[in-house]
Amino acid sequence: MMKVALIGLGSVGRGVAGMLQKKDLGITITGIADSKSACMDPDGLDIANLLANKTKNGYCGDRKMSASDVIKKADYDALIEVTPTNALSGEPAIGYIKGALLRKKHVVTSNKGPIALAYKELHTLAVRKGVALRYEATVAGAIPIMHTLEHGLAGNEILALYGVLNGTCNYILTRMAAEGLTYEQALMEAREMGYAEADPTYDVQGIDAAIKLVILANTIWGNSIRLSDVDRTGIDLLTPDALRLAEEEGCTIRLIAEAIPRKHILRVSPRILEKNHPLVVDGTLNALTLETDMAKEITLIGRGAGSIETASAIIGDLLFINDRYVRHA
Amino acid sequence: MKLEMKDSPGQLVAALKPISDVGGNIIAVIHQREPDLDEDTLNVQIVLELPEGFLGKLVTLLKEQGVRIQRIDEERLLFKRTVIMIGHLMHTDLSDTVDQIDSTGFAEVSELALSMPAVKERSTSRITIKAVSRPDMEAALAILRRVSRQKSLLLIEPLEGIT
Repeated sequence: MMKVALIGLGSVGRGVAGMLQKKDLGITITGIADSKSACMDPDGLDIANLLANKTKNGYCGDRKMSASDVIKKADYDALIEVTPTNALSGEPAIGYIKGALLRKKHVVTSNKGPIALAYKELHTLAVRKGVALRYEATVAGAIPIMHTLEHGLAGNEILALYGVLNGTCNYILTRMAAEGLTYEQALMEAREMGYAEADPTYDVQGIDAAIKLVILANTIWGNSIRLSDVDRTGIDLLTPDALRLAEEEGCTIRLIAEAIPRKHILRVSPRILEKNHPLVVDGTLNALTLETDMAKEITLIGRGAGSIETASAIIGDLLFINDRYVRHA
Repeated sequence: MKLEMKDSPGQLVAALKPISDVGGNIIAVIHQREPDLDEDTLNVQIVLELPEGFLGKLVTLLKEQGVRIQRIDEERLLFKRTVIMIGHLMHTDLSDTVDQIDSTGFAEVSELALSMPAVKERSTSRITIKAVSRPDMEAALAILRRVSRQKSLLLIEPLEGIT
């Protein structure tokens, strides 16, 4: 039985805990922490009870314990780090991840901050300690892009990648095109549907998509790029006329993240695409096209967010680690 | 262009040579034997790119080789791209924006659709550009990018590159 510690009990954390409890995957949760409390038990925690506590009280465990206690003291094989993203400092998640890696524990995270800001350092530390650092859930939610790159396309040279990586922008653009809404109207609708934050800057100015592009580029090409290297234009200045004029030509507009190393292109920008282009997906869907030397073009389409969808990516990483490292240990 | 020549060894090469002599670039050569044609005559269609003003010279050179030109269809600008520009297009002199492309000599604005919702609001335009070659198109788009930055316009380019 693989033992895991879970840090973060927001929507993603609850999704992971719920699925691990429901499905018989050979994974036991031995430590849990939210922002206010923590608890641990080497024989496995009572997840249903803890989730009920969280709903009732707003915290799950012992208020005298914290995430750091779980990371340092709990008995686990892999740490699941799913705290909210801090795109500026990456903390406290970077500290949590380092703490686990230093104890030679595997780490699975959905947190974009640490991977975008400190990938090289964390990756090097994981290699040195002989453990895995996996982050499938950071990019394109449920789409298994990292597994595809690492295994399915192993041996291929990745020449370019193009992606629709932000569901909020894609929803807004879909609605502007379909109903002739203004940007403001479509944003308001996205908020009502729960697809946009109260402060949408991070999404609509392309920052979220750019961070994901940084993660992908560093994973594929190991070129230590940073957010500031991405040439970025958002969708907040688009007019309904722009979508109508594109439509007249059988086209539409999507926010595309694009990386082509041989041309030194690293860009997030609204682009004109023919409506039958594979990257033109509707609503909050995500899509990615990889251009490779052997496989040529491959496009993956799927859900980019959601509690259970993200849990799918995290559990995929956990089971990979279990298969590759833990069972044979 | 469509050419007619003698079907003997070396004739096709002889007919193609003048094209490179005048700095032209052959894009495609199609030759098909037509059943009702005289057996020792060959019909060839050639698609080519030619520098401005060299067509007359090429025609002379071909005639010297004994090649008969049946037809010349001129399609001057081969590459077409459509972009969208958003911003204060009239206040930033739209005709100057268009002229920056037209004055290059290798690219031109062939179509323009404009929408102006209200006097002080930003307007939106769809601009179709034609250019002779891919590098020329790239150069034209680079000019538009620079102009958009200078005039604080939002330029939306097509997604190219996925072959």
